[in-house]
Amino acid sequence: MSAMAAVSPEHAEFIRRVRWRRRSILGVQVALLVLFFGAWEGAVFYRLVDPLIASSPSRILTTLAKLHRDGSLYQHTLATLLEALAGFGLGVLAGIGMAIVLWWSDYLSRVLDPYIVVLNAVPKIALGPLFIVWLGAGITAIIGMTLAISVIIMLMMVWTAFREVNPEKILLLRSFGATRLQVFTKVVFPASMPTIIAALKTAIGLSWVGVIVGEFLTSTQGLGYLIVYGGQVFNLHLVMMSILVLSAAAAVMYQALAYLERRYLAWKG
Amino acid sequence: MAEPASIVYERVSKKFFTLPGETRALHEVSLVVSPGEFLAVVGPSGCGKSTLLSITAGLIQPTSGRVLVGGTEVRGVSRRVGYMFQQDHLFEWRTCEQNVTIGLEVQGKHGEETHRFAVSLLEQYGLGAFRQHYPRQLSGGMRQRVALIRTLAVDPEIMLLDEPFSALDYQTRLSLQDDVHSILRQAGKTVVLVTHDISEAISFCDRVVVLSRPPGRVKVDLAIRLTCEKRTPFLARKAPEFNEYFDRIWGEIEITA
Ligand SMILES: Nc1ncnc2c1ncn2[C@@H]1O[C@H](COP(=O)(O)OP(=O)(O)OP(=O)(O)O)[C@@H](O)[C@H]1O
Ligand SMILES: [Mg+2]
Repeated sequence: MSAMAAVSPEHAEFIRRVRWRRRSILGVQVALLVLFFGAWEGAVFYRLVDPLIASSPSRILTTLAKLHRDGSLYQHTLATLLEALAGFGLGVLAGIGMAIVLWWSDYLSRVLDPYIVVLNAVPKIALGPLFIVWLGAGITAIIGMTLAISVIIMLMMVWTAFREVNPEKILLLRSFGATRLQVFTKVVFPASMPTIIAALKTAIGLSWVGVIVGEFLTSTQGLGYLIVYGGQVFNLHLVMMSILVLSAAAAVMYQALAYLERRYLAWKG
Repeated sequence: MAEPASIVYERVSKKFFTLPGETRALHEVSLVVSPGEFLAVVGPSGCGKSTLLSITAGLIQPTSGRVLVGGTEVRGVSRRVGYMFQQDHLFEWRTCEQNVTIGLEVQGKHGEETHRFAVSLLEQYGLGAFRQHYPRQLSGGMRQRVALIRTLAVDPEIMLLDEPFSALDYQTRLSLQDDVHSILRQAGKTVVLVTHDISEAISFCDRVVVLSRPPGRVKVDLAIRLTCEKRTPFLARKAPEFNEYFDRIWGEIEITA
């Protein structure tokens, strides 16, 4: 849009207004953020609230700096990131893979349908203790749980997308003599791309839940561990800091998916 | 360019089976379509018109009887037959140019030469400027033209058209009928056109077949001979014999509603 040249004075005026609106939205967004942290800091500074309970931006920053100096910030963040990415990645691959198999074999999909529905309905977090027993306490159990959460949602969403592809589009391709593999790669998969990306966004959000709950249950490192630990020793600065770092990591990951969306769904305009 | 082929239907019947029972869609349809001939198939809804086309394309098998295309029996999807649907079914994620080459890709024929042929068709039919556009940026008439070129790009000997104009508004339909007619004549294809529009059947084709109420069988087989200086669908409507044919066919179609 910024590279767009005006074709008439009225158009120039229109462009100016659109840009102004965009800038003002961004401005208000930044102002809100500053206001929020400013009010927080002020409330604690004037003892309107107890810093032990509310913490404060400056105390959070001090904690962040401390963990940065001793390097533990990176150790914990990396651990959580790794678990999230591994669980999410494996869940996505397995979920899409299973959706392909179910699409391929109508018979199998009908056999498995009720089981998948039940599996989807089970709150996966309830399986946490089982994963710990089966996979051992620590990182593998956490990844296992994250995978369990993301694989089901990917499977459900992607499989539905595959099934909802217009059958006449498939017929059209078959009229050219397309094989089943060609039908999949040239129609079914690309037509499902919008849903796949929506599913990725949902799955990444749920993956964070899986990782943090996993770390609550069993771990000696990670942001989830810091949150639990901070709560136990009543160090709310540490808790708040971990939550903020977690939010930042989640936001970055979400943006990466948004980039993917812009890139692969450009045709939607 | 491929030579047009003939189509021979030998006592083609089709039954569809469902749990409650069976649907008899076609009953012993026998027809011969000469190479280069334009045949229209009309008849009440559900009389098996689309089924007949699907059988011709090899997408479904007849319950009994057989179809010969250019003398060989159709078994499985035939590359000699191109199929165009009521909806254009362009792939929204592909540009115009990528849409018209999809058939070539599927058939493993997508090379430099065939690509150039497909693009030349786009240019020839007024879509050259839209090569890089996505389907959502095209009008209904343009989309249907892209769909036609997609089928022509693989150079089939026979074109099956299943109500290709019915989703368009009236003016677009009239002008596209003329375009498609001249394109298919120029390319020298054998054409089977399924339509509900009697005027379209008479003006577009050399011959009209009326199918009976389901299960469809051939009820009337009528050669269309019009006196007009240039045989375009638009001008054909002005031929003196037009109304006679219209009334005749109208009288033969058993409306089921
Ligand atoms: N795959 C199928 N399974 C079961 N029945 C089918 C199938 N395809 C078509 N039929 C039935 O066969 C009959 C003929 O269908 P067909 O689509 O060929 O009719 P048509 O003449 O094209 O109708 P229309 O004018 O409405 O397009 C209908 O009763 C239809 O319900
Ligand atoms: Mg039909």
